[in-house]
Amino acid sequence: MTIRRRPHAGSHLPAWAFVPAGIGAALVLLPLVAMVSRVSWGNLWPLLTSESSLTALALSLRTSATATVLCVLLGVPMALVLARARFPGRDLARSLVLLPLVLPPVVGGIALLYTFGRRGLLGHTLEVLGVQIAFSTTAVVLAQTFVALPFLVISLEGAVRTAGDRYETVAATLGARPTRVLLRVTLPLVAPALASGTVLAFARALGEFGATITFAGSLQGVTRTLPLEIYLQRETDPDAAVALSLVLVVVAVTVIGLTRRTGTESTP
Amino acid sequence: MSLSLRAAVPERGVDVRVDVPAGRTLAVLGPNGAGKSTLLAAAAGLLRPHDARVVLDGRELTVVDGGRTRTWVPPHARGVGLLAQEARLFPHLSVLDNVAFGPRSAGVPRARARAVAHEWLARVGLDGLDARKPAALSGGQAQRAAIARALAADPRLVLLDEPFAALDVGATPALRHTLSEVLAGRTAVLVTHDVLDALLLADDVAVIEAGRVVEHGPTRDVLNRPRSAFAARIAGLNMVGGTWDGTGVRVGEGLRVQGVCDEPLTAGAPAVAVFRPAAVSVHTAPVTGSPRNTFLADITVVEPHGDLVRVRAGDLAADITPASATELRLVPGAGVRLVVKAAEVTIYSVVRGQHEHPQP
Repeated sequence: MTIRRRPHAGSHLPAWAFVPAGIGAALVLLPLVAMVSRVSWGNLWPLLTSESSLTALALSLRTSATATVLCVLLGVPMALVLARARFPGRDLARSLVLLPLVLPPVVGGIALLYTFGRRGLLGHTLEVLGVQIAFSTTAVVLAQTFVALPFLVISLEGAVRTAGDRYETVAATLGARPTRVLLRVTLPLVAPALASGTVLAFARALGEFGATITFAGSLQGVTRTLPLEIYLQRETDPDAAVALSLVLVVVAVTVIGLTRRTGTESTP
Repeated sequence: MSLSLRAAVPERGVDVRVDVPAGRTLAVLGPNGAGKSTLLAAAAGLLRPHDARVVLDGRELTVVDGGRTRTWVPPHARGVGLLAQEARLFPHLSVLDNVAFGPRSAGVPRARARAVAHEWLARVGLDGLDARKPAALSGGQAQRAAIARALAADPRLVLLDEPFAALDVGATPALRHTLSEVLAGRTAVLVTHDVLDALLLADDVAVIEAGRVVEHGPTRDVLNRPRSAFAARIAGLNMVGGTWDGTGVRVGEGLRVQGVCDEPLTAGAPAVAVFRPAAVSVHTAPVTGSPRNTFLADITVVEPHGDLVRVRAGDLAADITPASATELRLVPGAGVRLVVKAAEVTIYSVVRGQHEHPQP
């Protein structure tokens, strides 16, 4: 997917471009270096394995994994419909799906609150049914799904459109029904994009903060995920906050490694 | 398992009708953009024409009246196989699983489907390549695998869209031979540019020009007695069209072509005069003698043609010896007289008289 060009000697790039480029790179990398330099390596293990850390980590993994599964279950059909189906307003739908990507997460949290909260659009109906979502673990998962879904939809929709329908046409003339074409031809062909989209969605869910704290609150063991825990610890125990941040940095680096590998595999 | 197809797509200027009797192969010839692909897409259910009726083996597959769909069988339920220019093997499946895809889609158990696929791979000469991925095949091997895959699905109609167009010239003859074996007894439609495909693979030929079927008949008849400019060209014959005036074919202003007419013609009927390029001689000065037809034209191309030199002037071609070409100093742009004896010209009527013929 990523097209990499080898810079060569005869490049037409003006020399001065390296200066702002270097400053930009420093802006991205320096804070990470600064943070890593503050890690108290001797205390790292006890800090990471403290009760509150483990609780937050476990909750984060559980909710992010659930949100990722939801993203795949909903996002794959969304991507396919946006890429293949013809219906009025498709271009608008394509843009709206990306909304959570550009919306401030805290706004997303408020929107979710007015949908699923006690006085929300669906909240009352849900309460009659005995379901309360706001400020529960379910709310965490919903918030994470809300922000992570576009990542999966974008990368998969692009891949499906690029792949075209020539193999699907052949499969149909061989007698394959639409569901079989989807499972045996379409999805295997876009598997690298599906994998990288899933990993990206997981990473986004794991890092989710704004929508979660607005819609789900910060209740230890119930809604206090890793980013929330880091935010709280920052005041009381900066060393613990840095240690937990390191965990998220490691996850992020791993994600980049994974998506890059699946990305290059798909380019011949 | 006969096919009867009529499809009209006004926005593409296409309105075609073909019939393929059971067990026969129809070659569809015609210039690019004439509507050949539209015909295949309509048969396969990949295109919904504005007006269409596709009947395979007595079963209506498509019935559309003025944009209103009456009957529509989706592509996967038609039993119509398609072989395209490129093999389009599924890149993520082994060659064997590619070929087994059709039987598996029909619900055949895996082991049985693989056995069928294995047999088909052997029939197209790909023994021992079962486990390969498509990327590890040559172009010719991939197209063989695609043939096996299309036929393993046991289609009631096989559509072939220029199956050799993307292959090396060297790989074509052997593949054509394989196709002639596996298509025997099947109902098939083959779109091609190459008259050899029509001769070796097809029982019947349909010529499509500008969205209309201008000729449709047994291959031998169409190629021996072409009635359209395109068929004449692919058959390697010169054709001049006009109207029969009782003793010859009147072509435009003041030009008449005389020849041998072996069927009764009525004056005023559209007729064509057909003759071989080898029967045409090229002169730079007026010629006299036995009854001859003379065409004045400017040379466009002089090119080698076997042992001879082919001279193209206007819409006509003449094959002459290299010696006379040198002697006459034939170069593009030069005005010449193309002369053909009346005895070498065959004249017959054009049944479908609407289509245009080249004017010399």
